[in-house]
Amino acid sequence: MFEGIMIGLTTALSFTNILMVIGGVLIGTFIGMLPGLGPMSIIAIMIPVAISIGDPSAALILLAGVYYGAIFGGSTSSILINAPGVASTVASSFDGYPLARKGQAGKALTVAAIASFVGGTIGAILLMVFAPMLASVALLFHSAEYFALMVVGLSAIAAFAGTGKVAKALLMTILGLIMATVGEGALFNMPRFTMGIMDLQSGFGFITLAMAMFALPEAIYLVLDPKRSKNEAGTEIKDLRITREEARQIAPVIGRQSIQGFFIGVLPGAGATIASFLGYAVERNIAPKGEQEEFGKGSIKGLAAPEAANNAACTGSFVPLLTLGIPGSGTTAILLGALIALNVSPGPRLMVDQPEIFWSVIISMYIGNVALLILNLPLIPYIAKILAVPRTYLIPFILFFTMMGAYIGQNNATELLILVGFGIVATILRFADYPLAPLLIGFILGSMLEDNFSRAMQLYDGIGFVLQRPMTMGLLVIAVILVVLPSYRARRARLRAKGVADGD
Amino acid sequence: MALDRWIALSVLLISIAYGYAAFFTMDGSLPPFMQRNPIWPSTFPKALSVMAIITSLIILLGFEKGSGGPKDGEINYRRLGDYKIGQATALLAMMAAYALLLRPAGFLPSTVLFLIFGAIVLGERNYKILIPIALFAAGFIWYLVQVVLGIFLRPWPFFLGV
Repeated sequence: MFEGIMIGLTTALSFTNILMVIGGVLIGTFIGMLPGLGPMSIIAIMIPVAISIGDPSAALILLAGVYYGAIFGGSTSSILINAPGVASTVASSFDGYPLARKGQAGKALTVAAIASFVGGTIGAILLMVFAPMLASVALLFHSAEYFALMVVGLSAIAAFAGTGKVAKALLMTILGLIMATVGEGALFNMPRFTMGIMDLQSGFGFITLAMAMFALPEAIYLVLDPKRSKNEAGTEIKDLRITREEARQIAPVIGRQSIQGFFIGVLPGAGATIASFLGYAVERNIAPKGEQEEFGKGSIKGLAAPEAANNAACTGSFVPLLTLGIPGSGTTAILLGALIALNVSPGPRLMVDQPEIFWSVIISMYIGNVALLILNLPLIPYIAKILAVPRTYLIPFILFFTMMGAYIGQNNATELLILVGFGIVATILRFADYPLAPLLIGFILGSMLEDNFSRAMQLYDGIGFVLQRPMTMGLLVIAVILVVLPSYRARRARLRAKGVADGD
Repeated sequence: MALDRWIALSVLLISIAYGYAAFFTMDGSLPPFMQRNPIWPSTFPKALSVMAIITSLIILLGFEKGSGGPKDGEINYRRLGDYKIGQATALLAMMAAYALLLRPAGFLPSTVLFLIFGAIVLGERNYKILIPIALFAAGFIWYLVQVVLGIFLRPWPFFLGV
């Protein structure tokens, strides 16, 4: 193994390859900031460039830089303007955007960059050590377990069930699940609930919905109330650094979520989105009472958790790709295409036949991660300055970028009308204090939930799989605990406040 | 009745219509071989509609205590007139117009118009800066998306070809 790492390092650290990674990171960061262009589409766009380089390791290093850059760029737009362009950065906007509104955009970006870096690093170390072993564990997960895992992911909504909002959060989740059933499902070859409209045949677009739920209502709020445009602490950006106290707070969060995120990322199909929602839910549940209130209002823990989990999961998704040749996510599927075009075929034999490629993939992912941190930390103050643009310019540009995000993915102008319509509905929902994040979580997880549930039902010919598969049962129990625990705790705190004894 | 209960009422109506479709109309077109499946395309929607009806009734009938009045920093919808509602409506109308114009008028003219009029609606009057910025931004984004990334965006109106 040590020899392999050395081979990987010597290839990755040549002058041209370092230039490649720097270029890749910069391209990825800037294009990734446009909502609608996630890591998957940017890598797809860069593949022709990468292949024309010819040398597999240089090409992979370029793509790794683009990949990490794009992930960071996506987090930037969800933190600064509440416009998550990729499903896996939705959870980052829950606490990242409130932080930016408090005038701590710089700090939020720094926390995001450091959490992603550590997540990627721990992920890479775990990848080196465990890759061969984990491949067999990933195969133990069947549809039944995936279904249960999605249910656990849905329990992240418990985090929004603050005082007096349980039913509202629940209703929004169900509404999201209902919206996910529109269009043609994977398992049933029939359109459902399209009302005969051709544009709904493939369902609602994720980016359209994300923009309509998060970015658009926020922009409308900024228009309605000009006072909001001024950050509470004035427009200047301060507090770039993290204090020692804060570092101590987020260190254990990042550590836990990197490990948890990595293992979720190993499961093909679960990926970074579930890892980030779960990371957020778990950290909120185990945080002390006082800090729990902070979640959703600008807690640095709530930002660090999904960021670390998301990046670790991206690294984890390389386990099935490199050891089994199974791409676990859209991005790794595209990378698999790139690898095959470069005459490398990932699979069980890769580590034996071409160890130098195996290691240069891992090392180049890691170099991309390091380059991202080194290049972007000094850039953060300038990126955060975006918020200092006068509102007469900022708001039309935010609206324009949300529309571009919805348009370029589908090249369909109807999508823009749907965006405006949902944006208005979302604003009204926000007036009435309905939380919007659960709707989006329900929508993202809805189709995966239904597909896996249906597959399990077909395989086991009925609902019996819940009892037959202990792992499914265990995961479902965890989900129930995650949902019930916060309200149980709140209830006990209320009773204690009233002076009622706990009882045995 | 407060706004959140009106919303619960409309969600209730939507989920009743959705549930009606799931329970009574969807299964009619199901091919016979699929009827032997333990799960039908309507299974999941049936469960969802029941859950949605129950949850919206809980909110509608007021079983759950509301979270009180509007919080600090949130917008009080009962006094919408105090806010810049005109500006917000104008911008939303412009977004709809942009959606309808994008194809026939082309990306560059519609984007430049949207950015300029959006800023004017918000009170920007310094045209010497505004117009060059709008032109540059539209051109730059078009160059990035069409030329660098290779995603087709028709730049000019339909009568100019392309």
